[in-house]
Amino acid sequence: MAINWFKYSAPTTFYGLAGKLIPWFAFSAAILTVVGLYIGFYVAPTDAQQGEFYRIIFIHVPASILSMFLYLIMAGYAALGLIFKTRLSSMMATAIAPTGALFAFISLWTGALWGKPMWGAWWMWDARLTSELILLFLYLGFIALHASIDDPRRADRAAALLAIVGSVNVPIIYFSVKWWNTLHQGSTIKFSGTSMHVAMQQAMFTMLVACWLYAIAVVLMRVRSIILERERNTTWISELPEVKL
Amino acid sequence: MSLDIWMRENPLTYIWLGSYGVAMLIFVVEIAMVRHKRKITLQQVRLLRNAGGDE
Repeated sequence: MAINWFKYSAPTTFYGLAGKLIPWFAFSAAILTVVGLYIGFYVAPTDAQQGEFYRIIFIHVPASILSMFLYLIMAGYAALGLIFKTRLSSMMATAIAPTGALFAFISLWTGALWGKPMWGAWWMWDARLTSELILLFLYLGFIALHASIDDPRRADRAAALLAIVGSVNVPIIYFSVKWWNTLHQGSTIKFSGTSMHVAMQQAMFTMLVACWLYAIAVVLMRVRSIILERERNTTWISELPEVKL
Repeated sequence: MSLDIWMRENPLTYIWLGSYGVAMLIFVVEIAMVRHKRKITLQQVRLLRNAGGDE
C-alpha cells in the first residue's frame, strides 16, 4: 500500500504523527548516548599524543556536524516556506533554529575546552572557529529577527531570507581547514578512510546518531507547540483531546 | 593551584564536568523549556476555546 507522504506536510496530520514519533526518538537518543559514552570512555584507548583530552571529540564533532546540518535543513525548510507558502515548512524552520544554535554553542564551548590543553588558548581567531562563531550569530539573528516581527507570515519571510543567505557560511566552515592555514586540524574521517582506532570511530558515530535523534525529538516537540500556537483558532485544534481536557 | 595544572592532573574530571556536564545541562534545560512552552501554549489554547464556548 503506497503511503501518501504529502499528507504529512499539513500541520493537521503532522501534529499527530510527531506526537507518536517523539518518544521513540527520545528513548533511542538516551540509549545511544549511554552506549556511545561507554565506548568512548571505557573501550576507546588513550590517544598517544593528546592523552585523555581527545575524548572531548565524542561530543565536539557530533555537535559541530549537527550545527552545520541543522542550519542547512533550517534554510531548506525556510526556502520551501518562502517559495511554496507551505505553513509547516516555516514552522519547522522556526523550530530547528534554537536547537541548531545550542549545538553551535556546544561545538564552540567544547572546542575551547579542547583548545586550552592542546593549543594553550581557549580561543583563536582561526578560520574554522570564527566561521563557526558566525554560524551561531546567524542562528541567533534568525531567532531574533523572527521574534521581532508580530505577523508570523511576515516574520517567516524575513527570517527565511536571512537563513538562505546565511547558508553560504556552511561550506565556508567545512572547507576552512583546506582553504586557509588553520590551527584547527583537518577532517579526521575522510571518504578515503581514517587512521582513527575502531573503538573511537564507533563511539563518535554512536554519539553522532544519538545527537541526531535528540535533535529530531526536541524539534518535533517544539514544532507541536508552534502548530498549537499558530493554528489555535482552527476547529481541529479545539477538538484535540489534550485541548478538551 | 592554577587551572592549567589542575586540568593536566585531572583530565577526565575536566572533560566530564567541562564538556559533557555542560552539554547535558544544556540538553536538560532545552527539554524543560520546550515542555514548559507546550504547557503554556496548551493553557492558552484551552482558555481561547473556553472563551469561544461562552459566547
